[in-house]
Amino acid sequence: MELYHLYQNNYLVVLMFLLLGILLPAVALTAGKFLRPSKPNKEKQTTYESGIEPFHQSWVQYNVRYYIFALLFVIFDVETVFLYPWAVAYEKLGIFALIEMTIFIVMLLIGLIYAWKKKVLKWM
Amino acid sequence: MIEELLYSAPSYLSTLIFFALGAGLLMMVLGFVTYAILAERKVIGFMQLRVGPNRVGGPLGLLQTVADVLKLLLKEDTIPKAADRPLFILAPVIAFAPAFMVLAAIPFSESLRFSDLGIGLLYYIAISGISTVGILMGGWASNNKYALLGGMRSAAQMISYEVPLVMSVIGIILLTGSLNLVEIVEAQQNLAYLFVQPLAFFIFLIASVAELNRTPFDLPEAESELVAGYHVEYSGFRWAFFMLTEYVYLFAMASITTILFLGGWNPVPFLEFIPGVIWFAIKFSIIVFIMIWLRATLPRLRADQLMSFGWKVLLPLALLNIFISAVIKEIWF
Repeated sequence: MELYHLYQNNYLVVLMFLLLGILLPAVALTAGKFLRPSKPNKEKQTTYESGIEPFHQSWVQYNVRYYIFALLFVIFDVETVFLYPWAVAYEKLGIFALIEMTIFIVMLLIGLIYAWKKKVLKWM
Repeated sequence: MIEELLYSAPSYLSTLIFFALGAGLLMMVLGFVTYAILAERKVIGFMQLRVGPNRVGGPLGLLQTVADVLKLLLKEDTIPKAADRPLFILAPVIAFAPAFMVLAAIPFSESLRFSDLGIGLLYYIAISGISTVGILMGGWASNNKYALLGGMRSAAQMISYEVPLVMSVIGIILLTGSLNLVEIVEAQQNLAYLFVQPLAFFIFLIASVAELNRTPFDLPEAESELVAGYHVEYSGFRWAFFMLTEYVYLFAMASITTILFLGGWNPVPFLEFIPGVIWFAIKFSIIVFIMIWLRATLPRLRADQLMSFGWKVLLPLALLNIFISAVIKEIWF
């Protein structure tokens, strides 16, 4: 029961921190509204582009490279999701888990080397 | 006191107390940010044979940042016509809230802590990843080419360095057998993990500098090419929140490095009479100083160097470190 309370309280604290994290910007920006001047004009509200008239939107199709890096990130981040519980429980699992995990990591390493050889990791 | 509170049944009163404690920490963090910015400017000034701020608040410029914050509060807040207004307003909040949330898991000493999360380390890593979304959102919503480039670079860099950052700590989890940060500190009573896991420490330090978008990895806001990166269009207090996020993360990152590698509040032998909080503060300050030192010393990397360093050097090293730690654990423990 006590551990259950600990569990509840921990996430109550997390919730309070989240609330504070949202409240501070909300309160500071609302309070600032009464303090700061507000004299908008057309020039102020244009998009900054080093002094020249901005042309086109900047919401354009973007270099695919970023997307490939995001894919790689997902693969390796999922790998860590598996590695964390393995690391915590390692003491109980012993040498067999080590061999299994080595196989798992080597497989992902092959993937990394493949990406490397395909020049995915090369920028530009 | 907090111990009792955490183990008692949750009530409205305890919720209120948690809120008050959180607000207290928030004030402390804001104080840290104020003086970290000043310290950074001063230290970099001295390293470059200048004096740094010395006008406001005595010869040390003690009130310089306070004056800066007050000035920012009085600045007009412009939102460009072409920007995506709701996302533009939401972005600083999404960047800032997780920066403060991660602090809930961090124990500052045996008694000074706010929660006792069993998955403390995982919580830290999971929550800190959300800020990337805020930064990317800010860059995209501005509808500005510099901001978009900065936001994209920032996202690419943060996700690339998150992988080695997350993997370097697996060695520590292996040796401790727990994700609880208090237990990780207690496991270092005799020897700090810095000496057991030196490779992990260097990977973690480098990756954390990259995660914080600080020099030499400050490409997202490379002034010479991108003006200011993802927050070009932000002004006044909204901009201040992006700045605040960076420094709150500096606080969080230095704390977690202290806990994971420097033994948290554990004292150095023969100096046990100094309380744990002071030890934590000393170790914490050393890490912050190193971050400032790096900024003053190293030039900025190129984008391609940055990416290939993360994926081709740090990631294989982090994987190697996991393997070495597992073998060491198998042989010695």
